[in-house]
Amino acid sequence: MAAVQDGQLNLEVEKDIKTEITNDGSGNINANSSSPGSTSSGGKSKSPAGSGEDQQTLLAVLQFLKRNKLTESVDILRREAGLSADADDSPVSESAGAGSGGVPSVGADGGDANSLLSRVSIATPVAPPATAPPKVVAASGGEDQPDVNVVLSAYSQQGDPVLYPLYYNGLKKFIESVLDCHRAELSQVFYPLFVHMYLELVYNNHENEAKQFFEKFSGDQECYYEEDLRILSSMSKKEHMKGNETMLDFRTSKFVLRISRDSYQLLKRHLQERQNNQIWNIIQEHLYIDIFDGMPRSKSQIDAMSGSLAGEGKRDANKAKVFYGLLKEPEIEVPLDDEDEEAENEEGKPKKKKPKKDSMGSKSKKQDPNAPQQTRIPLPELKDSDKLDKIMNMKEATKKIRLGPDNLPSICFYSFLNAYQGLTAVDFTDDSSLIAGGFADSTVRVWSVTPKKLRRVKSAADLSNIDKESDDVLERIMDEKTASESKILYGHSGPVYGISFSPDRNYLLSSSEDGTVRLWSLQTFTCLVGYKGHNYPVWDTQFSPYGYYFISGGHDRVARLWATDHYQPLRMFAGHLADITCTLFHPNSNYVATGSADRTIRLWDVLTGNCVRILTGHKGPIHSLAFSPNGKFMASGATDGRVLLWDVGHGLMVGELKGHTDTIYALKFSRDGEILASGSMDNTVKLWDTLKAFDDVELDDFTAATGHIHLPENSQELLLGTYMTKSTPVIHLHFTRRNLLLAAGAYNP
Amino acid sequence: MAEERRPKQCTVVLPTESMKAMAESIGVGQLQEESCAALSEEVSYRIKEIAQDALKFMHHGKRCKLTTSDIDYALKLKNVEPLYGFQSQEFIPFRFASGGGRELHFYEEKEVDLSDIINTPLPRVPLDVSLKAHWLSIEGVQPAIPENPPPAPKEQQKTESTEPLKAVKPGQEEEGSTQKGQGATSAEAKGKKDGLMRMKPRSTHELSVEQQLYYKEITEACVGSCEAKRAEALQSIATDPGLYQMLPRFSTFISEGVRVNVVQNNLALLIYLMRMVKALMDNPTLYLEKYLHELIPAVVTCIVSKQLCLRPDVDNHWALRDFAARLMAQSCKTFSTTTNNIQSRITKTFTKVYNNCWLDDKTQWTTRYGCIAGLSELGPDVIKTLILPRLTVEGARIKAVSDGPVVSNIDKIGADHVQNLLLKHCASVIAKACPLPDNVEQYRADYGYLGPMLCSHVVKARAQAALQAQQVNRTTLTITQPRPTLTVSQSGIGGSGGSRTPSIIKVPSSLTLMSTRPGTPTQPSPPATKYIVMATSSGSSSTQQVLWTAVLLFLFSLKYLDTPTHSRLFIFTIFYIVE
Repeated sequence: MAAVQDGQLNLEVEKDIKTEITNDGSGNINANSSSPGSTSSGGKSKSPAGSGEDQQTLLAVLQFLKRNKLTESVDILRREAGLSADADDSPVSESAGAGSGGVPSVGADGGDANSLLSRVSIATPVAPPATAPPKVVAASGGEDQPDVNVVLSAYSQQGDPVLYPLYYNGLKKFIESVLDCHRAELSQVFYPLFVHMYLELVYNNHENEAKQFFEKFSGDQECYYEEDLRILSSMSKKEHMKGNETMLDFRTSKFVLRISRDSYQLLKRHLQERQNNQIWNIIQEHLYIDIFDGMPRSKSQIDAMSGSLAGEGKRDANKAKVFYGLLKEPEIEVPLDDEDEEAENEEGKPKKKKPKKDSMGSKSKKQDPNAPQQTRIPLPELKDSDKLDKIMNMKEATKKIRLGPDNLPSICFYSFLNAYQGLTAVDFTDDSSLIAGGFADSTVRVWSVTPKKLRRVKSAADLSNIDKESDDVLERIMDEKTASESKILYGHSGPVYGISFSPDRNYLLSSSEDGTVRLWSLQTFTCLVGYKGHNYPVWDTQFSPYGYYFISGGHDRVARLWATDHYQPLRMFAGHLADITCTLFHPNSNYVATGSADRTIRLWDVLTGNCVRILTGHKGPIHSLAFSPNGKFMASGATDGRVLLWDVGHGLMVGELKGHTDTIYALKFSRDGEILASGSMDNTVKLWDTLKAFDDVELDDFTAATGHIHLPENSQELLLGTYMTKSTPVIHLHFTRRNLLLAAGAYNP
Repeated sequence: MAEERRPKQCTVVLPTESMKAMAESIGVGQLQEESCAALSEEVSYRIKEIAQDALKFMHHGKRCKLTTSDIDYALKLKNVEPLYGFQSQEFIPFRFASGGGRELHFYEEKEVDLSDIINTPLPRVPLDVSLKAHWLSIEGVQPAIPENPPPAPKEQQKTESTEPLKAVKPGQEEEGSTQKGQGATSAEAKGKKDGLMRMKPRSTHELSVEQQLYYKEITEACVGSCEAKRAEALQSIATDPGLYQMLPRFSTFISEGVRVNVVQNNLALLIYLMRMVKALMDNPTLYLEKYLHELIPAVVTCIVSKQLCLRPDVDNHWALRDFAARLMAQSCKTFSTTTNNIQSRITKTFTKVYNNCWLDDKTQWTTRYGCIAGLSELGPDVIKTLILPRLTVEGARIKAVSDGPVVSNIDKIGADHVQNLLLKHCASVIAKACPLPDNVEQYRADYGYLGPMLCSHVVKARAQAALQAQQVNRTTLTITQPRPTLTVSQSGIGGSGGSRTPSIIKVPSSLTLMSTRPGTPTQPSPPATKYIVMATSSGSSSTQQVLWTAVLLFLFSLKYLDTPTHSRLFIFTIFYIVE
């Protein structure tokens, strides 16, 4: 049962362009998830290339097959590829060099020794982008992911381990002695240097030196790197480096620093004078220094932007144009209220950054210049029921309360009682009539919060007895006998971490620890599809605001875009360096935002699959995202208890809201975008004045170009209210169409 | 920032001895020291890795507590078989053992007697998840309802009353609790700035219309004639979290009420007011310290007043005195601090009055009774030091009344009550303090007239203590009343006392299983006996009867009825219901 009613709507056009991508991408996934059939086909498709790289890949696949005793497949593959029998016996060693088979090879040669714990085994999620770089829709960071082996071999050129602390200390002294304006900028170098020097020591088996080095200098690092340092500290042997995720991240990606030209010159001169090659090598090989012209940044500016696993986002990474405007609403013959139109399209010019109060969320008749083309991605056609719903929506919108600092919303709290700490996800439908909860006991429960009970369609036998010509056939197919206030959906085999209603309220998505995303029908209350692709826990899933598409992301660090009628993903967004913890569609459905445990947020273009924004600044895993209704701004909340506000168009941080003391699990803008509500583990709901927040930001061309923004310290002024719950962490927030705030959480007595 | 103190990075590794022990347990003997060291490092690293992964599951499970299942999922992530069967709730079931120079941690697998498991009471059936909605905020203001946290938490009320300068105006509450800290510091800063003028921040207690209505309803119900309504009102006072702002009104109401009704000798109203005090004290969200100056005099009045009722010979004002004395003791326990010295001040007050009546024969027996009751509730130490030495004199006085010419009936009753009271309280103290052989003569010598009676009470008390010690491990079934209530059978008001059915009539609203504990302090019955009164009116619907029968049969099956008294009670009850 497809989510889109009319079958004509498919992605044919797009598919023509992207067939290769999707097929091959998923083919690879299958190959890696030990399905022998598709393995050989995957191999087959690549064999004609016959280049050195593919050779490596093939060897790795062969090894894998052999290990799994799939001798037949091995023979077939060997025949197809025209490989000699002994070719694959030669060890695919680390010195094999520039082959992109690097990742599998790590798994292959370490496979037997530590197959249990090795995360970089064949099924590693990082594998797809690495094994077929030109084909998979890779991250923008595709080019900055050099091969593991190269990086590893880089570590092997070692200096005298005793000198490491001296080098580091020398640099430290130098940086402490430079002018104040440069010191903050140059201090950024400490952390990546420290990490790489430590890893070099560990790699070269200087265990004790490494430990001493760590003890001596770990205290100097910024406190927001503490988590990573803890992981590093546990790693004291070369063997540990294999398969450690954090380790991999450091090896495969360059740490990005933004340093002004003057400061950089200073550093360069110093290092060359001192002939400090060790450090210079590290800077050359493992760091990416993004040099800009102009004033060096201040400490606070740097602190605001740093904190992610791989340094700041490059400036280039955020240069792509993002069509953040909203799509034109389809014309529906319903008299719109006049007030809604007075706010004609004001948010035109991209350079003029004053958000107009009235333009927030208003429905403009004209095409927004910042909006993507209406047909940029194919959207499902509106059904009659959708139109009815839109009309309802508009009617409700006219009764909407205008919120503001003097007019705070009422908050209705839905407590889950007797959940025994098992509530893991909550979602409301857009019209606030249904609420769904995902639980640690693998169940999904749906409640009706209106007097209307949940009814399922009658069984097939009963349906055949119904007079199909009658006017109220839609009523008649519903089973009144089993109507109840809540229904339980069984199907998952692990805690349900993500849950999302389709906009038309006919479907429900749930993602779980068991690695699947399931689509449930809310007509029959049964599972329709299990989308298998992620082999690891899926932390979040989210429907597109127009339905049909959905996004999922999880422990395998790859976000996948699906369409409900395809069992394979349409796009795979790879690039995050750690788990994807939350996902969200842009209101115009052309973009997807993902937050990750690597402490960055990425924005992906659904059409091209490119990463168009990398937003850094959080100091902990990001657990919630929200777009403002006009699509221009984004808010994100993390375990560090801070909410950051972003300008999507410019890729800039525009605000920081401090106040929560624990992880923020829920964020939501009011329907007009005037108020941001945040809910946290610290049992509070806080309301923030976002209009003021966006107004306070002064954006001139320079800051817009460099991205170096002075954040106003005004969290306390922006905070409009704090509402304590009674030991109930807030895990979901939702504004009804009339701007009533609904909150949900499980009561923890 | 980097200079900030950070927790020491963890470089701990498991001891190599553990590795050896584990190796031996799987049959590998004589593991070399180096291999052990290598192993232990590897194992420690893997354990840390798994713990870090498990944390992820905790975060996504939206919890603050790591559970065993998180670790299972983390293991699954690493493709390792989870450890099945570990469902420990709170503690990690490791035991430590040493011997022969070896130290070991192991988990204890006790032999379990199946019959014990079968016979243990079933745990409560876990309830299904349910959804409940309430208003967290209405147009920016948080309503004071039980679902929301109290507007001013008890700690804040406490600091307010103990450190008034740091307090925040309660009117600012809707500004949010985050500003609490701020407000406090700014108030402090202001205080410092002014230096000379240390103004105590004035707290406003404007009541909203709803609160005014509530106050009116509650006070009317508390002193009204409808017992059911009163119970409800008291229940509300004892549990509602939002009463903080109404406290001053309530305390004034009580103190004024006592003042007027003592003069008018309106016993019923005094009892109702005392029950209000009790309810206020029971409310976990209220901190009464600020209002004790009004409440304590009222309570003390109810203990020692000469006359509390119109007909002292008939009315049971003794119960009121007992109840108020208990209240007094409770508030002493809760609020006595080194600064306010409530306990010692109260003790002094009682002793002074008591001294007066000791010297003066003419003091009313009622006041004497009140003093003794008040003192004896304050604990065995007080009884020992202040009451025991006077038993002889008191005994002589009682003897004079009972043996002497009949002066008045009132005196006679008073003397009787004082005697009983003394016997009740002193016996338990003596039973604990004195050596065993209870010699009647010895007692007569020590305590005079009361000696022999005291002796027999002490013997009884000892026997009871022994019995209780025996029973202490046995679970019993109690039908707890929602709150302890003071019962009075009083003829003055509201119909004749005799025709009233036992006054704690209540279809038990909550039926809970609980272990034995000494009688609730407010029940005017002797502590050891617990009486449960049930009544099902003939009009009760049949479904309810079925329900109750089912519940009771269920309980029957649960083998609670091993004690003869209980089973008799239940048979009685069921019989009653079926009838």
